[in-house]
Amino acid sequence: MTATTSTSAAPATPAPLADATRDDASLRRFLLGLPGVDQVGVEQRAAGLGTRSIKKDAKRWAIDTAISMVDLTTLEGADTRGKVRALAAKAVRPDPERQDTPRVAAVCVYPDMVATAVEALKGSGVHVASVATGFPAGRTSREIKLADTKIAVDAGAHEVDMVIDRGAFLEGRYMDVFEEIQAIKAACGEAHLKVILETGELATYDNVRRASWLALLAGGDFIKTSTGKVSPAATLPVTHIMLQAVHDWHAQTGELRGVKPAGGIRTTKDAIKYLVAVHEVAGEQWLVPDLFRFGASSLLNDLLLQRRTQVDGHYSGPDYVTVD
Amino acid sequence: MPVFEYAPAPESRAIANLKDHYKPFINGEFVDGSGEPLKTINPATEEVLAEVGTASKSDVDTAVKAARKAFSSWSRLPGTERAKYLFRIARLIQERSRELAVLESLDNGKPIKESRDSDIPTAAAHFFYHAGWADKLDYAGYGPNPKPLGVAGQIIPWNFPLLMLAWKIAPALATGNTVVLKPAETTPLTALVFAEICQQAELPPGVVNILPGAGDIGASIVDHGDIDKIAFTGSTEVGKAIQRQVAGTPKKLTLELGGKAANIVFEDAPLDQAIEGIVNGIFFNQGHVCCAGSRLLVQESIAEEVLEKLRYRVSTLRVGDPLDKNTDVGAINSAEQLAKIQGLVESGDAEGAQRWTSPCPVPDRGFFFAPTVFANVHQSMRIAREEIFGPVLSVLTFRTPDEAVTKANNTPYGLSAGIWTEKGSRILWMANQLRAGVVWANTFNRFDPTAPFGGYQESGFGREGGRTGLEAYLNV
Repeated sequence: MTATTSTSAAPATPAPLADATRDDASLRRFLLGLPGVDQVGVEQRAAGLGTRSIKKDAKRWAIDTAISMVDLTTLEGADTRGKVRALAAKAVRPDPERQDTPRVAAVCVYPDMVATAVEALKGSGVHVASVATGFPAGRTSREIKLADTKIAVDAGAHEVDMVIDRGAFLEGRYMDVFEEIQAIKAACGEAHLKVILETGELATYDNVRRASWLALLAGGDFIKTSTGKVSPAATLPVTHIMLQAVHDWHAQTGELRGVKPAGGIRTTKDAIKYLVAVHEVAGEQWLVPDLFRFGASSLLNDLLLQRRTQVDGHYSGPDYVTVD
Repeated sequence: MPVFEYAPAPESRAIANLKDHYKPFINGEFVDGSGEPLKTINPATEEVLAEVGTASKSDVDTAVKAARKAFSSWSRLPGTERAKYLFRIARLIQERSRELAVLESLDNGKPIKESRDSDIPTAAAHFFYHAGWADKLDYAGYGPNPKPLGVAGQIIPWNFPLLMLAWKIAPALATGNTVVLKPAETTPLTALVFAEICQQAELPPGVVNILPGAGDIGASIVDHGDIDKIAFTGSTEVGKAIQRQVAGTPKKLTLELGGKAANIVFEDAPLDQAIEGIVNGIFFNQGHVCCAGSRLLVQESIAEEVLEKLRYRVSTLRVGDPLDKNTDVGAINSAEQLAKIQGLVESGDAEGAQRWTSPCPVPDRGFFFAPTVFANVHQSMRIAREEIFGPVLSVLTFRTPDEAVTKANNTPYGLSAGIWTEKGSRILWMANQLRAGVVWANTFNRFDPTAPFGGYQESGFGREGGRTGLEAYLNV
């Protein structure tokens, strides 16, 4: 069995919700007592928001905001230090010929690449995020997950993207998932914790809502949809439910927590749909990189191309943006 | 703090192909009506859109004669042939859908996203659906070879101009009837473009006649001795007058009138989607919907939570230019309707209900009314009993399922109802108890040509849509 970790270092659950996490039974009752999600209804609402027409100044603002929210990601077995340095350079100067282009929020890499990324991004203001905890499956022992986190944090990661134990969640062992998130949060120290729910494996919208609340109760700074390694990854309805969760969390506790859809968002058009959802579901104050991120690799280039189109008044081609 | 300010995204007005002058359509031709021309205005700006020639009593007679003459050949056409015309009309509505959508929003004030995504596609769907029935009437459950009624006089309202026209004309033509239709005084334009579509489809002259005009022309149609059937959608008051007029004559009658639907939310409902359903139920089409969920019945145990979520959600609705693609709530159709809404809202204040109005910006010009929610409403108040037909929701509470049923049924109307609960057995039980023609479960305001629509009591009688709707135009 995994070693139990002291949770004393983890943040306390806010008072209005303290009862929810008192013991296994309470947590279970709380999560199963959350209002259900009607599939038809949430998909209809998400599709409706997708028809918003964002033009002109609103589009320019949305593109720049989206760029500043990108977690530029490389999570390949074939990642090298060279690849990570190239990505870091791109993160700082997304469009070298347009110096007014905002920087991205963070570069996201595996733990063994954190040191390289930190060095490459030193002084730039761009964060280094690292996946950890046996990403992407998370099918390893808690010691290894904690060690994985520690390696990333010690190497200077500002943000840790952990995966939850989906197996435990689907078995109904909510307290195990809760304690693990708390333990990782404690191991993160100053680093911000993003909790990946891997919604594609949780399958139902009810589960997405329960997992979102579970992660928020356990102290996750962000809830994130997916690893990007499982299909479906981020979808608008799933993100919608997570945005509702952080909105409701704020209403009940006064705390602001973030949301990060990841995987499958490739176009500016899609990104703008997500920003509309952030605006109208969570609220205006979530429209900042501290509270909303896009986990993506190819999205950035489309945003840059569309940005140029807006600024120059005509399209340019893929050869005018860099491939890193 | 950043503000995501949506730039105006107006649909082009030019797409509507607006003309200065429109004329009645009789016997396949646009003719000068001998009535006093009317001016139709854009309720969002109060500007005149076009002058529309109206029919007189003698024009009604000419149109009925044309329809009678056309009936003898139209009713004898094989169903497969009638179907061809209906399919053609359906496709032409689709082809001209942008034009129709923009024109509808200009004339009616409804947001372009609704005319574009709901009204016009559903109108086309009604023609497609009924085209399919035209050659299958033997199998509709009314015995072999059911006969049409003859000439149908149809009077439609201003809230869904083209869609209501489709609900009326498609089943009438599919079953072999011919029609004389009067569009509403304030929204005649899409009906007259539909007349053009009839010409394009080479529909035989006289099968469809369209007579713009005021209530007196409607009365002349109802009165006419050579009309076999009257179909009316509109207010209960006018419906009652029509019923009196028709009494003692051989005319058949169907009425689709007002409503005061209960949208019932139980504590175990999928709350966030229930909020969406409440919003859609009352703010869709500015609340100008006969089946609008204008009374929210919410279980007392969750009333505060629902109100809080509801107010937040309603405050995100965008009120303004109907042609802007981001507008959620458009203009009230007429000054008269706006005054009626204001009057009822004042009664709500006077009777002690607690009013909340969305803080959204509202244009200075045109007929607009900000979304409004009344809490602490009781059955005894006017805003709980009378149809407001505007973006105003009355919130009442209940304690038990029985009380919900009693309150929901405590109205002279009975058109629609909504039930929100995750418990399937309760949905089935409630649906059996509710005296309403349409009961939605965990959704609201969904329309489909295959589903019959109609009411109980003062909401009228007869059904439109589905197999059941064919009965209204067959001699069975």
